[in-house]
Amino acid sequence: MKTLKSAEELEVRREQIAGAGHREGASVAVCCGTGCSASGAREVVAAFEEQLLQRELEVPVLTRITGCHGFCEQGPLVVVEPGNIFYCRVEPEDVPEIIERTVLGAEAVERLLYVDPVSGEPVQQEAEVPFYRGQKRLTLGWNGQISPHRIEDYVGVGGYRALAGALGSLSPEQVIANIKESGLRGRGGGGFPAGRKWELCRRATGEPKYLICNADEGDPGCFQDRSLLEGNPHLVIEGAIIAAYAVGAAKGFIYVRNEYPLAVEHAGIALVQAREWGLLGEDILGSGFDFELQLTRGGGAFVCGEETALISSIEGLSGEPNPRPRPPYPVEKGLWGKPTLINNVKTLAAVPLITERGGAWYGQIGTAASKGTMIFSLTGKVNNTGLVEVPMGMTLQQLIYEIGGGIPGGKEFKAVQTGGPAGGCLPASKLDLPLDYEKLTEAGSIMGSGGMIVMDERTCMVDVARYFLSFTVDESCGKCTPCREGGRQMMAYLDEITAGRGKPEYLERLRELAAAMQAGSLCALGRLAPNPVLTTLRYFEDEYRVHIEERRCPAGVCKELITYSIDEEACTACRRCNRHCPTGAISGPKKEVPRLDPELCIRCGICRDVCRFDAIVVQ
Amino acid sequence: MRKQVDPIIDRYRGDRTAIVAILHEINAAFRYLPREALERVSEQLSIPLSHLYSAATFYRSFDLEPCGEHEIQVCLGTACHVRGSELILDALSRRLGIKPGETTADSKYTLKRVNCLGACALGPLVSIDRDYHGHLTAHQAERLLEAYEDEDA
Repeated sequence: MKTLKSAEELEVRREQIAGAGHREGASVAVCCGTGCSASGAREVVAAFEEQLLQRELEVPVLTRITGCHGFCEQGPLVVVEPGNIFYCRVEPEDVPEIIERTVLGAEAVERLLYVDPVSGEPVQQEAEVPFYRGQKRLTLGWNGQISPHRIEDYVGVGGYRALAGALGSLSPEQVIANIKESGLRGRGGGGFPAGRKWELCRRATGEPKYLICNADEGDPGCFQDRSLLEGNPHLVIEGAIIAAYAVGAAKGFIYVRNEYPLAVEHAGIALVQAREWGLLGEDILGSGFDFELQLTRGGGAFVCGEETALISSIEGLSGEPNPRPRPPYPVEKGLWGKPTLINNVKTLAAVPLITERGGAWYGQIGTAASKGTMIFSLTGKVNNTGLVEVPMGMTLQQLIYEIGGGIPGGKEFKAVQTGGPAGGCLPASKLDLPLDYEKLTEAGSIMGSGGMIVMDERTCMVDVARYFLSFTVDESCGKCTPCREGGRQMMAYLDEITAGRGKPEYLERLRELAAAMQAGSLCALGRLAPNPVLTTLRYFEDEYRVHIEERRCPAGVCKELITYSIDEEACTACRRCNRHCPTGAISGPKKEVPRLDPELCIRCGICRDVCRFDAIVVQ
Repeated sequence: MRKQVDPIIDRYRGDRTAIVAILHEINAAFRYLPREALERVSEQLSIPLSHLYSAATFYRSFDLEPCGEHEIQVCLGTACHVRGSELILDALSRRLGIKPGETTADSKYTLKRVNCLGACALGPLVSIDRDYHGHLTAHQAERLLEAYEDEDA
């Protein structure tokens, strides 16, 4: 592959790709994101490839492996041309019929179409599915159309054009002015204005300057960064090169979470390709700008998502990374003491689009202080789980009910947790809250990196608070006392409450400890760790009180406070529970409703899993 | 030991950011970090052994004891938690007779809890040797394990 030496050569290459494409004919695109792969997408790809080959077609049909489409609940997802027909939950057995009827016959296989749960009608096109209809997929949209392994695909849809434009006709200051005008804010959690951060780094003295793409996506319940890096790594790389040009960075790192092997692989392949094409390295596209970008794997430590800890993790010298007090900020003194720009994957992914279409255009989307779109991972007790990209300012109600399709099993909505372990739980009374940075903070939560976990009546809010705190206590690096000890003490109170040994004064003590952690912790991990406890205390204090005063868990979750029993009306005496109970707690003669011995029961839930008649009652 | 460790060391000679990367490669090669391997790294790259152990114990990705043939990771991310992943971890732990973080006496299985595997839409989720199994119940997780046992039998 010949190295590209100018923007013109990139355009010529793009035209060649467009001309040589299989676009005129038919194609099959199979989502092979992590979700669809887990549901069997690789087997579907193999079936298409093999069977299309066997048919010895005159005009070959391309089987394309694409990145995550976001609708993971319905995977494996397949999109067939002609007709742009969208199929869900495809299995290898469905492949012959899809080839026969859709690829060759241009008609839809109705049983594989998505059925709109409201109208009951099948939907042919992806864009018409209610899950996608309300979205604005500016950054995620490409994921479903290109193969993450092929730089040709990315260039073919206009990729690296923004970079070529910036290098060719904009000064670094102009690039920064554009980002400032767009109003883009850090998508990793902090929400700091990206343009200002770039400007501070540009003005900082010290050489060389560094750029870090933070892909250490540690928030449990978030997988946006993973899907972008897996599905469209060149978009992130292009954003990183533009950012490096703007601030004057000579070297950059993509710091990827080790639990994401596919993201590591795809980003690695993309970096090699970008180097081969002359989009990284010396004299990029003949502009005189040099920039090198490399991949660094994390080691599985949540605190490394925090800027200063991440920096010390890359430096690697002392072994154990630690957050540092600020100022100085990384933009002034970061990696090896040099000015360093750290941006999240989602922030950088928005950069090519803003650079190409203009800050003013991007600034029209969203609310007054929160511009553009945000990608949320919508998970938990919601019908349509997956990745959702919407304009800022959409309400929780719209997101959870119109896009998410509401709560499964006719259950009642109870809360939504936003912002990861540092965020908070919002109750039904906040459903009309518009999603922007300030509004979420006012309500006691945060935007964070876009986690959105829906909870229903069977979720215990005290257990959830305890869960998040156990996470942050576990991940606290231990350097500062408020975070290390405060978290542990709060945990001890929550353990007592969920075990039925709580006392009324514990609630006040939890609040005091939370205040001390917020005031005294060195980094955001400790300062924000009390948030889940504080918001659940604010909105669900009654539930805490029931645990303390009545020794009861209304949601039926806290093991020490619940009992299992058998509903004699519903039970058919099939004895499945009896056979599977690991402790022999369920027994009795044949053809009779079995007895459940509460002394032997360990509340493991197996009987409820295996019961086909909903006869196991948890109270 | 040296035959396997030295090429790894050579690849990173002169790279100041390499501690974590070196540990990743050694952990992958031996399924844990043998003391002799770390001593060799320390000696060859003039990094104090205490620094290597500091990193090895700080990050979750590294093991100081040999891991089993199959690595079972139970995701305890938020989305999995609210859908009952604790019960799955308990069931597997009971079935294997080991606590999370331990390896069975026959060295076949290591059971780990992981904070999030990032396939939240499929929760609750278990990965066995990096193959993901989603939408599980505690009972199905037990069945999954039986399938592995049958395969190896």
